[in-house]
Amino acid sequence: MDISPIINGFGVVLEPDNLLYCLVGVIIGMLIGVLPGLGPGATIAILLPLTYGVGPVPAIIMLAGIFYGAQYGGTITSVLLRLPGEASSVVTVFDGFALAKQGRAGTALGIAAIGSFIGGTVSILGLTLLAPIVAGFALDFGPPEYAALGVLGVLLISSVGNGHKLKAIIAACVGLLLATVGRDTFTGAERFTFDSLNLAEGIDFVPLAMGLFGLSEILYNIEERHNQVHSPAKVGNVWPSRKDLGRSKGAIGRGSLIGFFLGVLPGGGATLSSLAAYAFEKRRAKQPERFGRGAVEGVAAPETANNAAATSSFIPLLTLGIPANATMALIFGALLIQGIQPGPQLVAQHPDVFWGVINSMYIGNILLLIMSIPMVGVFVRILRVRPAILAPITVLITLLGAYTVNNQVYDIFLVIAFGLLGYLMKKLGFEPGPLVLAFVLGSMIENSSRQSLLIFGGDPTGFFTRPISGTVLALVLLVAVLPLIRKALRRRRPAEEPAGRADEPVEENTP
Amino acid sequence: MSMSDPARSPEPLDDVAAEAERLQAELDESRPPHAGPLSQVAAALAGLAAGIFGAVGSYALGLGSLTQPGPGLWPFAISVVIVALSAALVVTGRLLEDAERFSKASLLTLVALVTLVLLAVLLPLIGFEIPSLLLVFVWLRWLGKESWRSSIVISVCTVAAFYVIFVLLLQVPLPRLI
Repeated sequence: MDISPIINGFGVVLEPDNLLYCLVGVIIGMLIGVLPGLGPGATIAILLPLTYGVGPVPAIIMLAGIFYGAQYGGTITSVLLRLPGEASSVVTVFDGFALAKQGRAGTALGIAAIGSFIGGTVSILGLTLLAPIVAGFALDFGPPEYAALGVLGVLLISSVGNGHKLKAIIAACVGLLLATVGRDTFTGAERFTFDSLNLAEGIDFVPLAMGLFGLSEILYNIEERHNQVHSPAKVGNVWPSRKDLGRSKGAIGRGSLIGFFLGVLPGGGATLSSLAAYAFEKRRAKQPERFGRGAVEGVAAPETANNAAATSSFIPLLTLGIPANATMALIFGALLIQGIQPGPQLVAQHPDVFWGVINSMYIGNILLLIMSIPMVGVFVRILRVRPAILAPITVLITLLGAYTVNNQVYDIFLVIAFGLLGYLMKKLGFEPGPLVLAFVLGSMIENSSRQSLLIFGGDPTGFFTRPISGTVLALVLLVAVLPLIRKALRRRRPAEEPAGRADEPVEENTP
Repeated sequence: MSMSDPARSPEPLDDVAAEAERLQAELDESRPPHAGPLSQVAAALAGLAAGIFGAVGSYALGLGSLTQPGPGLWPFAISVVIVALSAALVVTGRLLEDAERFSKASLLTLVALVTLVLLAVLLPLIGFEIPSLLLVFVWLRWLGKESWRSSIVISVCTVAAFYVIFVLLLQVPLPRLI
């Protein structure tokens, strides 16, 4: 393996500008992880207009920093307030909050920070080694493979994410439909433009994402009853004792691996890996009853795993051009804005982006470790900021930011319209994530399936007879059928244990 | 590794997941109560309408054939899927509990939307300062229930900060009064 591009990547990261954007990114990530109300997806969406001003490398370094930084920050609210900011740190609450009640909040935060650092770093090492290999393997993918991969990606996000699967797939299809608005690249015909000049160019990704992810979340949160009193527990000594470290050592090691491998899978790997890491530690513990009552391993395992997974979820994006989760869809969009097509060619064509972003994560994780251990007090104080004050400021950033993209009021209206759509979707149990992801992949799927049809001379069975696209499509079928099998198995179970889960709604999603 | 210990729960991952879901549900208690079948059916019908609209529109564009796909073929295929799935949702989704009722609090969202549209309309006419000031103030005072004093102070400071950052430092060409 030629390591000179990797070394050059460090050169890229160490440029003062890029270091600064990395620092800004992880600080914003940490802040929004701590602050209630706005998740990393919403924040990245709102800050997308910034990427027009700066080059691709600093832009992606910053957005990535927000993403993994939020994983660190989310721990603080889980432990101190029993409020997990992200689905992937829900499990941390079990033992983290129990430790806080025992006056050992500092220990929980310290262990989580160390675990997150190790998990993140192990995962970057894996990313460094594995990503070029996967990209090399995918180099001879043709249009049929991309079409199949795109469909698989959309389906995985829809079926693994939160919420009702049928609704998620409908949302994804609406995303695909929205992606067709504008001029057709093959025939030049205008589709769904209603003679509007603005629509002829298609719908821009930035206002769509800002509305559906950013504004919709703000509008949705307005309805939350503001009756929570935030009185974070005292933090105390953050440096974990040798005994705690000894106890968590194994959990951190196993959490890193579980997180890395589950994170690669498209569709919410971070949440699944935190659950799996916790369940695994509980199962192999000598005294499983300690879990839920303040076991340090119970904090170390999920926090390590969710960080490792957050990092490894970059692999499908950077090597195949398939975003593994909603946030990756945003980063995908941000790369496209910069004229960079994420995919197997990325490592060869834009080594500065590829290695710059990967290597910036080493630096980012070190910065986050510093912020989470010696400087944790600063962030704990931020917990007292009221969401009501933050909301109008973020809304203003969103609207004015949308304007700055093209200096057009039209974009503001677009953001408002998609914000309303996203709000209604959330109210009615539809996740906006699959829609945005499908929108991003939409034209890729359409173009490559049409190119494939040309290759096959109009015979759609060609998708199934090519080995790789055939395998991927078999996976698509598996993903579509698997929930039905699980459902059937569950139906059988109540018969075996009469007082079992018969009353549980079968349709409900259990990750 | 004791991978199969019958004394312990059969599926720890599912147990942890269920526990996590319970916690999440408890945290969601500050949200409005869930909506009834009417909202569910309405949502599914909205999907159905979008699908039919897409199908009709793309059919008009021309479907072509598989060897020579017209501009409407792909959107038509998606629209058909939307129609089929939405129809399934109308039938099966009636009793789902994942939707939230529109309550009095939803009026706050409506107010918020009005302020957003007002900002977009006024921005090219009178610049960003006054609309922004009004928006932040309304959000703080009535949507966020902050005190008069802090609403005034924070909204003035926010707009001043935006002016300094956007106009003076970043030199973004925002329409402005001053």
